[in-house]
Amino acid sequence: MSILSLSHISKSFPGVRALHDISFELEAGMVTALIGENGAGKSTIVKILTGIYTPDKGTLTVNGTQRSFSSPRDSWAAGIAAIHQETVMFDELSVAENIFMGHMPTGKGNLVDWPEMRRRTAGLLQRVEANFGPDTKLKDLSVAQKHLVEIMRALSHDASLIIMDEPTAALSRNEIEDLFRIVAQLKAEGRAIVFISHKFDEIFAVADRYVCLRDGEKVGEGDIKQVTEPELVRLMVGRPIDQVFPKRDIAIGNAVLSVKDFSNATEFADISFELHRGEILGFYGLVGAGRSEVMQCLFGLSAPARGSIVLEGKPVSFSAPDQSIAAGIAYVPEDRQHQGAVLPMGIRDNVTLASILQHVRGLFLNRHSEQDAVRKLGTRLDVRAANWEQRLQELSGGNQQKVVIAKWLATKPKVIILDEPTKGIDVGSKAAVHDFIGELAEEGLAVILVSSELPEIMGLSDRVVVMREGRIVSTFARNSWSAEAIVGAATGAREAA
Amino acid sequence: MSFILRNREIALAIIIALMVTGIGIYAPPFVSPDNISYVLDDTSILFMMVLGQMMVILTRGIDLSVASNIALSGMISASLAESSPNLPVITYIALAIVTGTILGLINGSLIAFVGIPPIVMTLGTLAAFRGLIVVYGGGNQVNASEMGAVFQGFPKIPILGVTSTFWIMVALSIGVFVFLNMTRAGRGLYAVGGNPEAARYCGIDLSRQQLLVYTLSGAIAGLCGYLWTARYGVAYSEIASGFELTVIAACVIGGVSIAGGVGTVPGALLGALFLGVIVNALPVMQITPFWQMAISGFVILTAVILNARSEKRGIKLILPEARRAAGGTP
Repeated sequence: MSILSLSHISKSFPGVRALHDISFELEAGMVTALIGENGAGKSTIVKILTGIYTPDKGTLTVNGTQRSFSSPRDSWAAGIAAIHQETVMFDELSVAENIFMGHMPTGKGNLVDWPEMRRRTAGLLQRVEANFGPDTKLKDLSVAQKHLVEIMRALSHDASLIIMDEPTAALSRNEIEDLFRIVAQLKAEGRAIVFISHKFDEIFAVADRYVCLRDGEKVGEGDIKQVTEPELVRLMVGRPIDQVFPKRDIAIGNAVLSVKDFSNATEFADISFELHRGEILGFYGLVGAGRSEVMQCLFGLSAPARGSIVLEGKPVSFSAPDQSIAAGIAYVPEDRQHQGAVLPMGIRDNVTLASILQHVRGLFLNRHSEQDAVRKLGTRLDVRAANWEQRLQELSGGNQQKVVIAKWLATKPKVIILDEPTKGIDVGSKAAVHDFIGELAEEGLAVILVSSELPEIMGLSDRVVVMREGRIVSTFARNSWSAEAIVGAATGAREAA
Repeated sequence: MSFILRNREIALAIIIALMVTGIGIYAPPFVSPDNISYVLDDTSILFMMVLGQMMVILTRGIDLSVASNIALSGMISASLAESSPNLPVITYIALAIVTGTILGLINGSLIAFVGIPPIVMTLGTLAAFRGLIVVYGGGNQVNASEMGAVFQGFPKIPILGVTSTFWIMVALSIGVFVFLNMTRAGRGLYAVGGNPEAARYCGIDLSRQQLLVYTLSGAIAGLCGYLWTARYGVAYSEIASGFELTVIAACVIGGVSIAGGVGTVPGALLGALFLGVIVNALPVMQITPFWQMAISGFVILTAVILNARSEKRGIKLILPEARRAAGGTP
């Protein structure tokens, strides 16, 4: 039975055709994977289904009735709920308020019925097997727990269609399994689910059907059992992409960076490792294992309590990033939107942001020298933009990330730390970034790659450091590792067994 | 101890209690029942204004025009009293509230529907409202002798040892408390301030919320316009000049975050009480008015600095021993 059908939906924004003539159906008790590269139109479809955008053309039919949504309220009323890509919630409010914001139960005199709201929240908490209470403030929860709140929010609407937009992006392996258990439960209850993910293993694990978009058009749909991963990739990008990582053969040089007994009070302890010229050192672990915190401390964003850093034979310590940058360390942060790219600024300004002193001539900035630098780096990283002054907010996530990497290369670093460099970017840009990481190592840079994607870590790294709960638990060399061993170390599964 | 430090309202209440005790030891008349009732009465207008401003700040906005609103609403209401001094007092009050509401509606609709940034919009109306007083009154002032007894008498009616003004403030505080905690629209203010994008996804309309808070802020300023002119027995273009800054300062001291989404009625009231006590205590301690300004400013800065520290990003608890020490699950 079809719960919702889209027919001939089109949507344009000034200068951009976001969706063109999209039609597909969502069935009860089925998980439909919506796949496509970033910018293919997935988010636009989600926004149309949730009443944020109104389509220019086409119709939505919900349970046999044609509907048009002019606000998110209309969309809920029709039984549609969404779990969004980034947990978009209210840190200062309680779990119960977060779940019921916008549709709080009311009693006498139209006043909010707090006891009823708590009671219903407690019921939902039990259903998802959460171990926190209705009155806990959201800011006191972990990322994964916040995600559960999002899921409960969708459940609180008793929706017949639930949209999950990259629901696993911030989850660890165990939490992903919990999520899949909830998805199965929702399926069994006869709800329709739209599942959006960049990770193929998840799509194949959870979806029944797929709908594939490319450049705002539907390029394929069908039963997930009838396709293979390479076929889906081909559909998405319109050309075959080699998903295997060709590991470059690079001679490993002398130690560039050596970190010893690095610790701070609450986030990590006893971190020691060596990094060599031409080496790619992977840092693997679950989300929240403390990897980013170590890197931020190394980069001078926070102060360590103990430990030492030796850079090219000299002991160093940084109290702020300007010192670490000057010493030759670059850090491409995990959160591109907030820590990496300055979205309202142009490409040129972004690229020269961390190396602006190179372009000072006397009292003023030399625009020509800036432009030269941007042209060189932008071309090298294959940034796709109308011109070098285009604002970053107008670029796709993948191109934004290339600009951020260019910014750090402009500082001419000796050590570059890449924290989840391909998080949330499309397959095409991802391959370009992977290729580029190899190139950097080949040029003699020492690279630290923090990533939660095992294929990426195993494909690119020479060695992998595994962290769990703030400590290094294992280090694996390229020839003696296995996916099972690395994941086992990260989750602590081997100890439990 | 850590509970007290974490709970801003309790910390502030303790500081105020210590302050009052200290002043009481130095100058015992300050803590006489008569004087305490005077201080509460004298601070009542600030209490009310803080509630209106807090609702605006919760949505990440600011209303700089409130003091000008007081002056204009007060002037219009006082002019009616001058021409017809024997109408029922509710007429004067209603006229002031209606005037204030309209002024708030002007702010609210331009901010909500034209998208003018609140600070720019209300900076404009701050000047414009005061300008209108001169245009409206021709630069004249309405004095106590011209307002009549009905107009001036009402705010000073004593009930249970304090004035009616104080009880109006109590009623308004309860009303705002219920609104913020027990209604969907009230909780929605915390949502739009805390995370506007998420609020939108929850079906909460920012524009409607903005229209609501600036209108409410205007209505409260209108009411206070009547109370102010009647209490002090004068209406002219300069009354309450600069008062908007005192109101905003009281909000900040009371823990209302300028970044939006954080603030409580008890906190805001305590912030106002804090400033009220200081302003009334300095003369008792024989400190000149010139020092009053400097000391008030210093206190505000201290409060803001403490606030800035408490709003710093907390470090994460990742190491198992750190989580155990914090009392969480290992």
